[in-house]
Amino acid sequence: MSLLDYFRASKPKSAAIAKERLQILVAHERTERNRPSYLPQLQKELLEVIRKYVHVDQEAISVKFEQDENQETLELNIVLPDFQQEEKRVNI
Amino acid sequence: MARIIVVTSGKGGVGKTTTSAAIAMGLAKKGHKTAVIDFDVGLRNLDLIMGCERRVVYDFINVINGEASINQALIRDKNCNQLYILPASQTRDKDALTLEGVGRVLEELAKEFKYIVCDSPAGIEKGANLALYFADDAFVVTNPEVSSVRDSDRMLGILASKSRRAERNEEPVREYLLLTRYDPNRVKSGEMLGLDDVQDILSLQLLGIIPESKSVLTASNAGIPVILDEKSEAGLAYQDVVARYLGEDRPHRFIDDKKGFFRKLFGGRL
Ligand SMILES: Nc1ncnc2c1ncn2[C@@H]1O[C@H](COP(=O)(O)OP(=O)(O)O)[C@@H](O)[C@H]1O
Ligand SMILES: [Mg+2]
Repeated sequence: MSLLDYFRASKPKSAAIAKERLQILVAHERTERNRPSYLPQLQKELLEVIRKYVHVDQEAISVKFEQDENQETLELNIVLPDFQQEEKRVNI
Repeated sequence: MARIIVVTSGKGGVGKTTTSAAIAMGLAKKGHKTAVIDFDVGLRNLDLIMGCERRVVYDFINVINGEASINQALIRDKNCNQLYILPASQTRDKDALTLEGVGRVLEELAKEFKYIVCDSPAGIEKGANLALYFADDAFVVTNPEVSSVRDSDRMLGILASKSRRAERNEEPVREYLLLTRYDPNRVKSGEMLGLDDVQDILSLQLLGIIPESKSVLTASNAGIPVILDEKSEAGLAYQDVVARYLGEDRPHRFIDDKKGFFRKLFGGRL
C-alpha cells in the first residue's frame, strides 16, 4: 500500500453513515405521515366496545398501521386481563 | 398566468433567502416581471440581501391590513426594473399573516406579475405554511447534511397534503431540488453527502447545485444578489437554475472536485 493509499483508506466515510441513517429515518417518517388520521378515534371507539364485554386498560389495546407497495395492514392488538393469559390478535 | 414559487426548506440557514433573491433577480433579468415576497415576519432579511433596506416604508402586513396599497409597499429593485420586493414586517409577529390576507395580496400581484417568489421562513409554523400554501412550484433548498435532508422531506410531505393544490385535488405542486452549499471536495473525500446520496432519498427534479462559495457573503455584504456576480461560481450556478426552470437544458457544473496537486496528495483533505 502506497503512502497515498494510506491517507485515502484512513479517511472516515461519514457521509456513508449519514446516508444510511437518513434512509432508515426518512422511510419511517414517511409511513408515519401516511398513517390514516382516523387511527386515534378508531382506537378510542374500539376500546369502548371492548370494555362493554371485558375490563381492559387504555394501554391494553394498540392499533398499528403498516404500508408497503401493494397492501396496507391494520393490526389490532388487545391484551386481555389476567385470567385469560393469552394474547389475542385480530387482523383487519 | 402568474406562477407562484415558494422557496422552502424547513431548516433555517440553508440558503432560502439567498436563493429567493438570486432567482427573482434571474427571472426579472430574463425579462419576466417578478415580485419577491419576504414571509419571514419579525425577522426580515430579504431587504438586506436585495440592498433595499433603506427604502422600506410599508410592508406585507400593512398591505394585508389595508394600511397601504400594494403599489405603495412594493419596492422597485435598483438593478432591474422588472423586479419588485415586498418586505416583511419587522415589528409584528407571524400571527399577523392570515390565509385570507395572503391570498388576497397574491391574487392582486398575480394580475401584474409573471412570477411571484415567496421566501419562506424556517420551521413548519404559520409563516412557512402560508408561504407554501398558494404555490404552483416549490424550490426545496437542501444542504448536503442529515438534518437538512430530513427537513426537506418533511416539507415535501406538507406540500403534498397542506398546499392549496393538494386540498383542492388539483395537479400537485411541482417540486424541484436545489442543493446548496455543496462542497465537491468534501463529497469526494466522503465527508459530505453527495448529489446521488441526496437524490436516493428525495428523488426530486434537480434544478441545480450551488457550490459553497465565498462570493455569497460578499454579495450579501454589498446587498447585490449573487446571481449578478458573473465571476462567482454560485452566481453562475444560479443563472443555470433560472435557465433550467424556464425550460433550457443545461449541463450541471461545479459538482466535480478541483484536483489540485496538494489535494491529490492528501486525498482531498485540504
Ligand atoms: N452557496 C453558499 N455558499 C456560501 N455561503 C452561503 C451559500 N448559501 C447561503 N450561504 C450563507 O448561509 C447563510 C444563510 O443563508 P440564508 O440565505 O439567509 O438562509 P435561510 O434563508 O435559509 O435562512 C448566510 O450567511 C449566507 O451568506
Ligand atoms: Mg431566510
